[in-house]
Amino acid sequence: MADKQVIMPVEATHILMFARSVNDDNQLYYDADYAAKTEVGHVLPPPTFYRAVAQFDPEYFLRPKVGQKWFGSAKGPSGIEGKPQSSGGLHAEQHFEYHQPVKPGDVLTVTTKPGKTWEKVSKRAGKLTFTETIQEYRNQDGELVVTSRGVGVKTERPVDQG
Amino acid sequence: MALKASELNVGDAHEEVVVENLSRGLIVMYAGTSGDYNPLHSDEVYTTQAAGYPSVFAHGMLTMGLTGKMLTNYVGDGRLTKFGVRFTNQVWPGDTLTSKAIVAEIRGDEVDLELETVNQDGKTVVTGNATARIDA
Repeated sequence: MADKQVIMPVEATHILMFARSVNDDNQLYYDADYAAKTEVGHVLPPPTFYRAVAQFDPEYFLRPKVGQKWFGSAKGPSGIEGKPQSSGGLHAEQHFEYHQPVKPGDVLTVTTKPGKTWEKVSKRAGKLTFTETIQEYRNQDGELVVTSRGVGVKTERPVDQG
Repeated sequence: MALKASELNVGDAHEEVVVENLSRGLIVMYAGTSGDYNPLHSDEVYTTQAAGYPSVFAHGMLTMGLTGKMLTNYVGDGRLTKFGVRFTNQVWPGDTLTSKAIVAEIRGDEVDLELETVNQDGKTVVTGNATARIDA
C-alpha cells in the first residue's frame, strides 16, 4: 500500500484556537505583533499542534461524516445499534521531533507510514494490540519540519479503574 | 527566556499546575481543534452506557498539550527539538494536573529533560522526555 499523504495548511486562527484548547495563554500563539518581537520572530504552533492533521484527513474515522452513521450517541447511547462498540482505541505513546520552525502560511504535506504492531496482555484491560504510526511533515519547500511517532492501543475491554 | 548551560544543573526542576478542575468544556474545545471527535472524550451518554467507562475522559493529546505548556514555559519558545510521552493513566473531568520537568543531562548546547504529569492524587498520568536547545 502506498504511504498516505494529507495536505495540512497552517493557519493563524487554527493555532489560536488550538492554544486555547490546551489552556495555554502564551501570546506567541495569539498575537503576530508580539511574536515578531520574540526570538522566534513569528507565530509558532504549540508543540503538540501537529496531530491536528486529523482535521485535514478526509477519511479520518473519529469525525462524523455526511451520510454516514456515527457510533456516538443520538437518540440511543450509540448511533450504530447492535454492533460492537468501536472506540478506535486509546493513545499509548506520542513522540515528536522538531527539525525546522513552522509558521502560519506554511502548507505541510504529511506522509503517514505504518510502523510496527505488537501485542501484550494486561490485567486492567485484557489483550492489548499496539500499532505504531509514523508521520513526516514537510513544508512547501520540501523541508522536513516535524516527525511524529504515535502508538495506539486497542483494548479487549474498558480499562479497569481499580 | 531560554535556559543557559552556565546556570543549569542536573536535577534542576520546574513545575507548574497546568489545569485546575479540568472541565468537559475544555475537553470539547480540544476535540474541536484537534479534530478528534472520539465520543469517549465528549459524549457522556455513549461513554457511560455503550462503552462502559464511568465518564468521558481527556484525549491523551490534551494531557500532552497541557504538559507541553509547562515545557515551553520552561525552555522558551521555539527551543524544543524533541518531545515524547507515554500515557500511563486516564485523565478525568475535575482533575487538577501538575507537570514537572527535571534536568537529566546537559550536552553542549542541548538539555535533556525527564517529564512527569500527575493528578491531584499524585497518580502519574504522563511520563516523558524532551530535548531543548540552550544558550551557553
